[in-house]
Amino acid sequence: MTIRLEPREDAGLGLKIGVSLAAGLVALLLVAIPVLFAGGSPLTAYGLMIQGAFGSMFAFSETLNRATPLILTGLACAVAFRAKLWNIGAEGQLYIGALAAVCIGSGLLQLPPALMIPTVMIAGFLAGGLMMVIPTVIKQRFGADEVVITLLLNFVVILFIQMLVEGPLKDPLSMGWPQSVPLLAEAKLPKLLPRLRMHWGLIVGLVAALVLWLMVRKTVLGFEIRAVGENKAAARFAGIPVDATMLKVALISGGLAGLAGVGEVAGVKGYLSSDLSPGFGYSGIVVAMLAGLSPIGTVIAALFVAAVFVGADSMSRATGISSYIADLVVALSLLCVLVGSFFLRFRVKWDRQSVVA
Amino acid sequence: MTDAPVLLSLQNITKRFGALTANDGISLDLHRGEILALLGENGAGKTTLMNILFGHYVQDEGDVRVLGDGGLTALPPGSPGAALKAGIGMVHQHFTLAENLSGLANIRLGTEPLLSFGREGAARAKVQKIIAESGLDVDLDRRVADLTVGEKQRIEILKALYRDAKVLILDEPTAVLTPQEADGLFVVLRRLAANGLGVIFISHKLGEVLAVSHRILVLRGGKKAGELVTADADRRAIADLMVGKAVAAVVRTPASPGDVLLALENVSLHGASGRSLSGVDLKLRAGEVVGLAGVSGNGQSGIAGLISGLAVPTSGTMRLYGETVTRADPRALVANGVARMPEDRQHDGVVGTMSVADNIAIEEVRSAAFSKMGFLDRKAMRERATAAIAGYDVRCQGPDAEARLLSGGNVQKLILARVLERGPRVILANQPTRGLDVGAQAEVHRRILAARDRGAAVLVISEDLDELFALADRFVVVHAGELHDAGPSEGLDRGTIGLMMAGQSHARAEMAS
Repeated sequence: MTIRLEPREDAGLGLKIGVSLAAGLVALLLVAIPVLFAGGSPLTAYGLMIQGAFGSMFAFSETLNRATPLILTGLACAVAFRAKLWNIGAEGQLYIGALAAVCIGSGLLQLPPALMIPTVMIAGFLAGGLMMVIPTVIKQRFGADEVVITLLLNFVVILFIQMLVEGPLKDPLSMGWPQSVPLLAEAKLPKLLPRLRMHWGLIVGLVAALVLWLMVRKTVLGFEIRAVGENKAAARFAGIPVDATMLKVALISGGLAGLAGVGEVAGVKGYLSSDLSPGFGYSGIVVAMLAGLSPIGTVIAALFVAAVFVGADSMSRATGISSYIADLVVALSLLCVLVGSFFLRFRVKWDRQSVVA
Repeated sequence: MTDAPVLLSLQNITKRFGALTANDGISLDLHRGEILALLGENGAGKTTLMNILFGHYVQDEGDVRVLGDGGLTALPPGSPGAALKAGIGMVHQHFTLAENLSGLANIRLGTEPLLSFGREGAARAKVQKIIAESGLDVDLDRRVADLTVGEKQRIEILKALYRDAKVLILDEPTAVLTPQEADGLFVVLRRLAANGLGVIFISHKLGEVLAVSHRILVLRGGKKAGELVTADADRRAIADLMVGKAVAAVVRTPASPGDVLLALENVSLHGASGRSLSGVDLKLRAGEVVGLAGVSGNGQSGIAGLISGLAVPTSGTMRLYGETVTRADPRALVANGVARMPEDRQHDGVVGTMSVADNIAIEEVRSAAFSKMGFLDRKAMRERATAAIAGYDVRCQGPDAEARLLSGGNVQKLILARVLERGPRVILANQPTRGLDVGAQAEVHRRILAARDRGAAVLVISEDLDELFALADRFVVVHAGELHDAGPSEGLDRGTIGLMMAGQSHARAEMAS
C-alpha cells in the first residue's frame, strides 16, 4: 500500500472552510494534552472556555470587544498578504494609529463628536497607513525586505510610545503611571450597549470587512491587487502600475491596523499606554491565515481567536490552568491551517493496489 | 538497428483522466543505441506517456518493462525511484536544478548519503569520464544560476548519465534552445546513442525530429497514429499523420507597405546585458511584416521592451504615428492601438490563477469597455471572453476557467484574442509560436498575416528562421545590441541571415559582390 499525492485542480469553497474548521478542531484536541498534564479535564476546561466566551451577554460582549481589533488587524494582514506584501508590522501600525488619535483627540482640536470621531479615525488610518507605506517605498527603491523592516519597526514604535508616555505625553494626573493624557469625551467611540465595553469600533470593523470584500470582487483596484499579487510580471506587462498598486495596498493595510489602535484607545481605554495591545497585530496574522485571506472569513476567524482568549481567561480563573493555553490553541491553529493548506493543494490517494514484482 | 536488444518496452499503456483517455493502448519498443522520436501535437499524450514511464502517473492498463539482469522485467507502477534504479533518466522541459549550487553538486545531489566527505574526487572523475565520452562539455564548478540555458540542459543530461541511465528521455529539449545550441545537442545525442544508450526524444518540431532520430512514433489524440523509420519518412506525410488532416501551408501574398507607424531613431538603451541597444534604427510600416532575427540575448528583449511600453530609450527617439513616446506606459500604447505578445507567455502573458475573462480584459481593465466608476463590468468581460473563446478556438471550460489550466497553445490563442480583437495598428509578436504545435502555429501565422493585410505594421521576433521566412516581408538582424537591415526577404537565404546573426553585418553586400 502506498500513499500518493496528486495536485488538485481547484479546491472548492466547502473544502476551504472545512480545512479551517478542522484545523481549529485539531488544535483543540492537541491542546487537550497539556491540559491533562496540568491536571485538568479537557472536557471541563473547554466547557468552561465556551461558557466564558459565549455563556452570558457579558461574556459574549467581551468576546466581541476582543474581536474588534482582531478583525481590523486581520483585514490589514489579509489585504496585504493577498498582494504578496508581507506586513508583519500591524502591531506597530496599531500603536501609531492610537498615537495619532491621542494627539488629535486630547485637546488639539475642539469639535463636536460627529466631526471629532471621523477626524480621529482618519488621522489614525493615515498614520497607520504611512507606517506601512514607508517600508513599502524602501522595498521598492532599495529592495529591502519588508518582513524585516515591518517586524523591527514594531519594536521601534513601542519603545517610542514608551518614551512618549513617560515624557511629553504623560498625563500629570495619572499618579505616576506611564500613560498619556486622556482623550476628550467628544473623541471617544460610543458604546453599543449600556454597561458593556463593546463599542462602535466593532461596526467599523464589520463595515471594513464588507468594503474589502466588495473591493476585491467588484472593483478595478481589487482586480489590480489580485493581478499584482498573483503574477507581478504579467501585471506589469499588462500595464498595471505595480508599484503604485502596492502603495495603495500598503496604505489600506497599515490604515486598517491604525484603525484598530484608534478603536482600542477611543473605544476601550481612553488613553494611550505601551500595554494597549496584547499582540493584536501579531494575532492579526493568525486571523488572516485562518481566514484564508478572505475578508468575511477574517470576521469569523477573529471571533474564534477572541473567544479562545476570553474563554481561556475565564477558564483559568475557575480551574487554575494557565491562560497561556489560549496562546497554545491559537498558535497550533495556525500550524494546523498551514498543514491544511497542503491538503487544499494536493489530493491524498491511498493506493491499495499490490505492487507488481 | 532493430537487431540490437530491446532496452525498454511499453505494452498497451492506457491512462484515463475522467472522461479523457490520454493514452489509449500505446505500445513501443526502444532498442539499444536507438534514438526514437515521440512526435505529436500538444495534447496528443506524449508527456502523459513519459510520466507513466517515469512513474509520475499510474497507468490504468499495461506494463512498462525494462531490460534488467534477468531479461525484460515490469517496473512497479507509480514509482520514480524504481524507474531511476532501472536506469531510466528523464530531462524535463523545465529544469529541476538547484540554482545556487554548482553543476557538480547538482549532478551528485540525491545520489549520496546526507553526510559524505571526500567522495567529491570520485564523483568528479566519473562525471569527467562521461563528459569525455559524450562531448557534453560544461564547467562543473560554476553556479547553475550563472549557466546558460543550454549548459543547464547539459547538467541535466549529465545528471541522468551519472546515475547510469540506460534510457534517456528528453521532453521537448529544444524548446528553450537557440538553433545553434539545438544542433550541439543533436551531436551529443548521436554520440550517446552510438555508445549504446537508448534515447526517447519528445518533440512537436518536424525538422529536428527528422534530423536526429532513427525511428519516429507519431501520437494523435492519445493513440498511436503511425510508426516509421526516419530514413524513409516524408515531411508532408508525417505532418498529416500528426494533425490527422492535411495542413494547409500559410500563403503570404506580396506586401504593400504604407506609412511608417512606429519608428526607432538612433535609439540606445542601457540595461542588463542582452537588453542593451546602441544606435538602433527601425521603421515599421503599415501593411508590412518585419522579421527580427538574431541569436538570443543580443538585444531582442530591449527592442521588445521598448515596443511593449516597459522601457523608454536612454537616448534617441521612439515615435508612434510620428509622435515621440516619452513614458514607459503599456496602457498608453495599448490605448493607441499597439498589440503586444510577450516572449514568455506563461510568465508575462497571463495571471494563471485568474480567469480567462480576467486575462482577456487585463490590459484594458481601466477603460470604459470593462469598468464603470472604478467598478468592474463583469458582464462585458464575460461577453468579450465568450466571443474570444469561440472566435479564436480557445479550448477551455469557459470564461471562468483559470488560465493556468490552459495549455501553452491555448494561452497563446487567448493572448491573440486579447490583442487582435481590438484591431491594432502596430503588432509586436515576440516568439509567437514557440512551443506550439503545427496546427496552432499555422493558426497564429494566419492571424498575423491577416492583420498585416488589414494594414497593421508587424514586428515578428523569433529564433525560428523558418517562421521568419514564412512571415516576414523584410528582415532585420540584431547582433550585440546593434540592428542591421537585411532588406526584403525575397533573395535572402538562411546562410546570409546566419552570417549576419554571427556579427558579419555586411554579409549581404559581400554575397552580392
